[in-house]
Parts: sequence; C-alpha cells; structure tokens
Amino acid sequence: MANSGVVISGIGQSAVGKRLDRTAMGLTVDAVKDALANAGLTRDDIDGVSCYPGARPDMPHFGPIGANQLIDALRLKVNWYSSGLEGGAQLAAIINGYAAIKAGLSRHVLCFRTVKEGSGGASWKDAARARTERSRVWGEYQWQLPFNAISAMQWLAPYAKRHFHLYGTRREHLGAIAVNGRRNALLNPKRMYDKPLSLDDYLAMPFLSSPFCLLDCDAPTDASTVIILSSAEAAADLACAPIHIDSIGSALTTRPSWDQVDTPRMAAFDAGKMLWDRTDYKPGDVDVAQLYDGFSFLTLTWLEALGFCGEGESGAFVEGGARIALEGELPLNTNGGQLSAGRTHGFGFVHEAVTQLRGVGGDRQVKRDVKLAVAAAGGGPMAGCLLLARH
Amino acid sequence: MSENYQRTLPVIDDENRAFWHGGADGRLHLMRCQDCGYWLHPPGPVCPECLSDGVTIETVSGEATVEALTVNYKVWGAGMQVPYVIAIVELAEQKGLRLTTNIVGIDPDAVTIGMPVRVVFEQDEDVWLPLFEPRPA
Ligand SMILES: [Zn+2]
Repeated sequence: MANSGVVISGIGQSAVGKRLDRTAMGLTVDAVKDALANAGLTRDDIDGVSCYPGARPDMPHFGPIGANQLIDALRLKVNWYSSGLEGGAQLAAIINGYAAIKAGLSRHVLCFRTVKEGSGGASWKDAARARTERSRVWGEYQWQLPFNAISAMQWLAPYAKRHFHLYGTRREHLGAIAVNGRRNALLNPKRMYDKPLSLDDYLAMPFLSSPFCLLDCDAPTDASTVIILSSAEAAADLACAPIHIDSIGSALTTRPSWDQVDTPRMAAFDAGKMLWDRTDYKPGDVDVAQLYDGFSFLTLTWLEALGFCGEGESGAFVEGGARIALEGELPLNTNGGQLSAGRTHGFGFVHEAVTQLRGVGGDRQVKRDVKLAVAAAGGGPMAGCLLLARH
Repeated sequence: MSENYQRTLPVIDDENRAFWHGGADGRLHLMRCQDCGYWLHPPGPVCPECLSDGVTIETVSGEATVEALTVNYKVWGAGMQVPYVIAIVELAEQKGLRLTTNIVGIDPDAVTIGMPVRVVFEQDEDVWLPLFEPRPA
C-alpha cells in the first residue's frame, strides 16, 4: 500500500455543546492539551500549525480563532503555519499540514478547527437577518444572495431535488442518514440530542427548503477539535498507535461555483477520484466511513463520489439503514455525524475515524477489526477527503 | 426599515454592470468571446476557453430551462414572503451557461425540472434582477 510518510499522531477535542461557558480560545487550548497528551508530545515538539478557516472577525462564531492567536497563546515556535478558507473544504487545514511535513518544513503539525456557532449565528446569514441598513454583497456570492438564496441549505437543496429527479431518490433516503446519525449519537457521550429519532419522525417534519427539513441540517455547536500530524519517522516516540494517512483527495477539476456545474455532481467527485488514484486500496476495503453531513444529502453525495456505490445509487444504498448501521457492511458516521453530534466542521469526522481505527469508540465502537477508514468533508465546490490506515 | 424583506443587492462594478443594469431596457446581457463564441458567466476580462481578450457584452434571448430548484419555506427575515422558488436555470445559448434565480408568476409547487422559462426583470434600486417566468415551450 501507499506509504505517505505522514501519520496522525494525536487527536483531541474540547467539550461539545450549545452555549458552552468557555471562550473559543479556552476550548481550543482544551483540545490542544487533549491531543498533545494523546500523542505523547509536548508543545515544544510542535513546529507547525494549520487552521481552517483562520480568524474571521466578520464571522466571529464561524472563525473565532486562527493560527496566529493559538501560536501566541501557547508561545509556540513554528517553522511553518497557515490558515485559510480556500482548499479541500475543512480538511484543507489537514491537507496543508500533510504537505508541509512531506516537504520537510515541519515534523509535528497541530491542525485545528474551533467553532462557537452553538453560541451565535453561523455567518453572513445573521448579517442578512439583523441588519438595520441595507447591505450589498461583493464577489462570488452576488450570484446567489440577491435571489434570497441566503444559506448553503438553499444552495444545496436544488442539487438534492435534481438527484431525486434523475435517480428516483426520496426523502426516506435523506431520512436514513438522519436516523443513522441519531442512533449512533445516542451511544456517544458528546452529542447534541438525547431523543431517539425514527424515520416517521423525520418524515413528519415540514420543509425548510425542499427537499430539506430541519433534520437534514447539522446542529451548530461550540467545540474545538485538534488533529496532530507527524512525520512517520517520529512514530516510534508516540503514545498511541499512529494512524497512517494513506491517501488524500483535494482535487478540483470542476468549476469552483455553486451553479455553473452539472448538478447534482459536485467537487466531491474530483476529490474522491484523486483519493483512489493514489492508493492500492479499493472502496470495498474500507471498514468505516465518516462522511460529511452538514446536510444529509452531502453524505449521499460522498457515498457516490468515493465509489461506495454507483452514481445515482446512494438512495438505494442507504435505504432502510441496515447497511450503514454500526453492525452493517459500511458503518457510517459512527459518532452521530454533525447532524446529531454537532457541527465540529469536518474535523470531527477525522477525530472519529482515528477513534474507530484505534478501537477506543466505547459503546459506539464498530465490532470488527477496523483497519481502514475514510473521512470526507465539504459540499458544493469544496471537498477534501482522507484515507486513514492502521498498519 | 421597510415593511418588506429587502434582498441583498450586489455591489456594482465595471465587470458586472452590464449584467445587473441590462434589465433597464429589458434585455439580459452576458459577456461573449468574439474569437470562439463562448459565453462567459460570471463576467471576466478574458475568455476562459481560448484566453482571448476579445470579450464583449452581448444580449441573450432570455430563454432558459429549469435545471434544478428548491421551494423555500423558511422566513429569513422580517417581512419575507414565503414560499418562493430558487432555481438554477440553463440559458438557451449554451450548455452549462446557468444562472441562480427565482421563478415567478407561477405557484411554487408547480415549477418542475425541465420547465421552459424566460427572463423578466424586477428593479430594486439601481439593480435589475433577472427573474424567470414560465414560457410556452
Ligand atoms: Zn474564446
């Protein structure tokens, strides 16, 4: 198999929940300490920092902490650091860190994603909602916002509807993702909901933007998640089993646009193809899949994009939920996903993939020898994915 | 503040002015490469197909087909009227040449993928929004 030379050496996460009484930096430091202990490293070992999306004063709940703030708060001394929004979706931060290690710029890169969306609005939606004087939009979102297409939910719902139209996909298939996430989340101490969810409950929900209802949308949360990447040469010094980054998908060969593409296809297909082009493993070798569910439909997209089923076949693949359950042939979003375990924004899928590969998932641990996992994040023109292996 | 929900309008600049102002005379303007005939959207200074600088504003027919859509029911701000249709339409001039828009003049639940539509403009301040309504096939 491919041997990239880069491993995930440690994972860490803060408390996860709504309106946590902890600042964004406090949550971030909690996650950093957790990850350092998990890896058996100290802050003096860290010589690289990578963050998605960086500090965003215009969207303080979405991007409360960037690389600079963390470096200063912990007095880190780094050879390389980077933050940014453009790249392989939320996993761009991890893909960039991987590249920095491969290039020899750093030996241990701390990658992080901190969100405070459980305490406040997600983004520009609030600006649109709360403004007292009329605002104008500049740049790429001028092609959506003037038509009251304000939210990613409304940008993606037409993709889902077209998938329904072309392939006969139904609400029951979106619901299978939501129900699976809730069932798994109830086995996860870090979850956003305590109530079970049935498919009938799901189908009874009214549309927000057809075919999406509230249960198709992930749960905003406060959280910080840290993934430490290390050179495989350093693996012997680590406290936990290193998880090898076997392959990466970061490709973008379709246009970076929400509407100038052949819907319902999106960038995930580019990233998924790249991932398999760079490894000897095949989709059938994967033991668990952690696939982005910022909206339920995106999980269906990733199932197709990563070749777990044919294009257009994801609805049938998840129908009834047995195949994607913890005991199924492809356990999916085993921590509950973002739908039920909170919008840790891409990083939570990597955290959970590593947890499963190490066999420390507690009540939600998949009952088989988990050796290969895929984690994927993003939707529309943004997509990134990782193939992770325990040797 | 207005009683009605106000759309977020674009900042007008040299590249997008023809698109957002075209409706003043009832026409939808896009950029087109004079060397290879390719229609550009969003607008830009160079043809992305042949890299020619010879791109200029031309008028399109305003005829399109609904490619994808959603009916929005969520009220995003005070005074917003729901439901309304957000659609991606493909313009007749070129495969893959698309706009995000609203479909108007029809019951939202009656809009279907593949429906033929034509442009109709709604003026809001100095912006003419290209919306689409059903047209005979
Ligand atoms: Zn040209």
